[in-house]
Amino acid sequence: MRNWILHLGTLALVAVLLVTLPPYHATNLARILVLVVFAIGYNLAFGYTGLLSLGHALFFAAGVYGAALPVTYLGLPQLPALIAGLAAGGVMAALVGLLALRTAGVSFMIVTLMFAQAGYLTLLYFNPVTGGDEGLVLPDAATLLPGLSADAARATIAFALFATALIAALVIVQSRLGRTMVAMRENEERSRMLGYNPFAVKLAALALSGLFSGAAGAAYALLFGYAGASFATIQYSILPMLWVLMGGAGTVLGPLIGTAAMFYLVDIAGSYTTATLLFVGVALVLLILFAPKGILGTIRERWLTWLP
Amino acid sequence: MGFGPFLLLALMESAVTAATLALTAVGLSLVFGVMRVVNVAHGEFFMLGAVSAWFITTWVGGPAWFSFLVALAVAPLFVAALAALADRIVLKRLDYEPEATIVATIGLMYIFQQAALSFYGPQAMPVEPPFNFRIQLPWFGYSAYKLSVIAFATLVLIGVWLFLTRTRAGLVMRATQVDRETAQAFGIDVDRVYAGVFALGAGLAAIAAVLIVPIQQAHYLMGHDPLLLAFITVIVGGLGSLRGTIVAAIFIGLSDGLIAFFWSPTLAKIIATLLVALVLVFRPQGLFGARQQ
Amino acid sequence: MASVILSARALTRHFGGLRAVDGVDFDLHTGEIHALIGPNGAGKTTFVGLLSGRIPTQSGTIMLGGDEITRLAAHVRVRKGIAYTFQITSVYPRLSVFDNVALAVQQTATRDLRADVTAALARVNLADRAEQTAGTLSYGHQRLLEVGMGLALRPRVLILDEPTQGLASGEIAGFKALVRSLVPETTVLLIEHNMDVVMDLATRITVLAAGRHLATGTPAEIRANHAVQDAYLGGHDAET
Repeated sequence: MRNWILHLGTLALVAVLLVTLPPYHATNLARILVLVVFAIGYNLAFGYTGLLSLGHALFFAAGVYGAALPVTYLGLPQLPALIAGLAAGGVMAALVGLLALRTAGVSFMIVTLMFAQAGYLTLLYFNPVTGGDEGLVLPDAATLLPGLSADAARATIAFALFATALIAALVIVQSRLGRTMVAMRENEERSRMLGYNPFAVKLAALALSGLFSGAAGAAYALLFGYAGASFATIQYSILPMLWVLMGGAGTVLGPLIGTAAMFYLVDIAGSYTTATLLFVGVALVLLILFAPKGILGTIRERWLTWLP
Repeated sequence: MGFGPFLLLALMESAVTAATLALTAVGLSLVFGVMRVVNVAHGEFFMLGAVSAWFITTWVGGPAWFSFLVALAVAPLFVAALAALADRIVLKRLDYEPEATIVATIGLMYIFQQAALSFYGPQAMPVEPPFNFRIQLPWFGYSAYKLSVIAFATLVLIGVWLFLTRTRAGLVMRATQVDRETAQAFGIDVDRVYAGVFALGAGLAAIAAVLIVPIQQAHYLMGHDPLLLAFITVIVGGLGSLRGTIVAAIFIGLSDGLIAFFWSPTLAKIIATLLVALVLVFRPQGLFGARQQ
Repeated sequence: MASVILSARALTRHFGGLRAVDGVDFDLHTGEIHALIGPNGAGKTTFVGLLSGRIPTQSGTIMLGGDEITRLAAHVRVRKGIAYTFQITSVYPRLSVFDNVALAVQQTATRDLRADVTAALARVNLADRAEQTAGTLSYGHQRLLEVGMGLALRPRVLILDEPTQGLASGEIAGFKALVRSLVPETTVLLIEHNMDVVMDLATRITVLAAGRHLATGTPAEIRANHAVQDAYLGGHDAET
């Protein structure tokens, strides 16, 4: 019960912020919310199931292009394109998982990294279709929802996607599947001897994670009118890891806190210095050294042990 | 130019790639083999080697061969010292836990990139080769410097091999690789060994970078491709196996160069990255790493 | 003759040159408590590893009921009714006691997860500790939790690998009562070093030595068996 109050309350707070904040911050917030969905997806794999992937950029990019290609070449309307992107992310994650999940630990990290890299290079190779590094420009967000301005349409869709993702994540992690995912993270051998097929559970978790990532990629492309191969670079695998680590791996609200905190940290730092990469690097090193549980993970450990 | 000479040219170009790749990959392989650390910042040590070579040659001035030799001596030492420092400040505190060290070295990667961008800038800048004459073959002239890169890289690799097999420090490193706890029990200062191995690995990448920088300009993002290729090499060669790494470096350097020469560099990289993923999935001991001791 | 629930024929597993399990025939009768004993290195843990599927079989066959399960993966065998509890306590230390057992209960056709978990915990006397983090339980309680997880699967065969190791004598008495209460609904296969527990609990005993089957019989028969005395008890004397 208190879980639902906390999470629905968070949703209400975000909605109020979206409506009341000045336009610059409201647009930022819409951007953050879409990226949070990506982080929530990453968290399902990494935080809950213990799958430390370095290849989520591929799932995000699958969403980006799963939406952008049909819109550009087939004239698919934008909202169905969102579904196409979501599906593309899920399918890509399942395909990668079928191979990559035969490995574990460091090998899994490298295999996912290599698949993502191959995906990025493939996008470059088919430059005439994908636009490569230049990318494709998509229809303006103002055409997304009839009767709404571009900003309002972005905010509405970003919030709807975020709310759906947050509630879906909450339901998943409290379900039997969620408990099983955590069991894989905690003790795979024991789980096998309770009759669970580790490969199947991890594949399901990775595919779910891919669905979230794909939806986020598709929304990012459609809301901000751009698809490019750069979304498949390793940076887009590392960012969700950073956001989740910062917010707290294995917590439902961690991705929101981590993504927003990191976004504004870089944003504020960016007004003083151009050395923004430094903040990403230093944040990663400091987190892994001193706060591997992240903000919400530490809070849960100290005070709120009931947090999902 | 007929196909034969064309192929010869492609082979020579690929051999240069293979030689520097072998140095970079052996560095990565040593670090993984002894410390079980997957060093994602390895490409940045390469980049720092190239960038510091540019700074050193610019400051030293004088004849090109002189400033280059200074860079070849000093830049790897500087990078090695930096690596030892990173080991002490970051990796050691993580107790070399594999997944945590990967995250940490990703962080280091960004920090080094930003440092290079801030102090060196976004532009690509060349370093003068130490000598400039071309060897005239019947079909084309070829840079003598490139051939000397192959020779020097081979010498360094032989040196590393002698160091590991014939010196006490090398023996200590190999003992630590086989069994960290036992090494500790026999009074080996594992912390120092690790710092040394991390420095040596980074230094080798830096040597490769100094050698390559007269051919390819220094740039703050130049570490990306060597990192990827070195990863591919180490995995195909069998994680932690030095002999496998060298065999794989020759194989991958040559095939990458040849595919890139005749078709497209992007296609070559797609094939190579997929190959690595499949090797790790289906043949984790590597293609050439079957012989385990 | 009692019906056989689990059987092995010519079961073999070598590790390099070591013949850990070497052509063993074995029958587990429905509803019995069967103890597996033998000197250290006799291949007991490898043998039950083969039965449970944790270790792949090299040759020989394993039958559960009427079905051959020799090639089935471990998790499939668990779902078919073979539960295994680990020699070294293997619970989920960072999860609650409730979640530990729930992970087992949710594998069964349960209608009310909470009620069934509570019932499963009550069977091993841990009902009042459901919210505690499993890693903070005492060692004896962790062993009970481990057994409770195995039981919660409602298995046809429960394999207990040295369940009393490290328990205090008071805890052992409670444990014996628990195991007795399981049969005949569940068949129990028990690896055990504590001879008092074996002689007290087991209806039949199988002795392994050096990877081979040495003898099977009632406790009285095994006590009287000279080959067992030579291989096992003799070895035991030599150890002490």
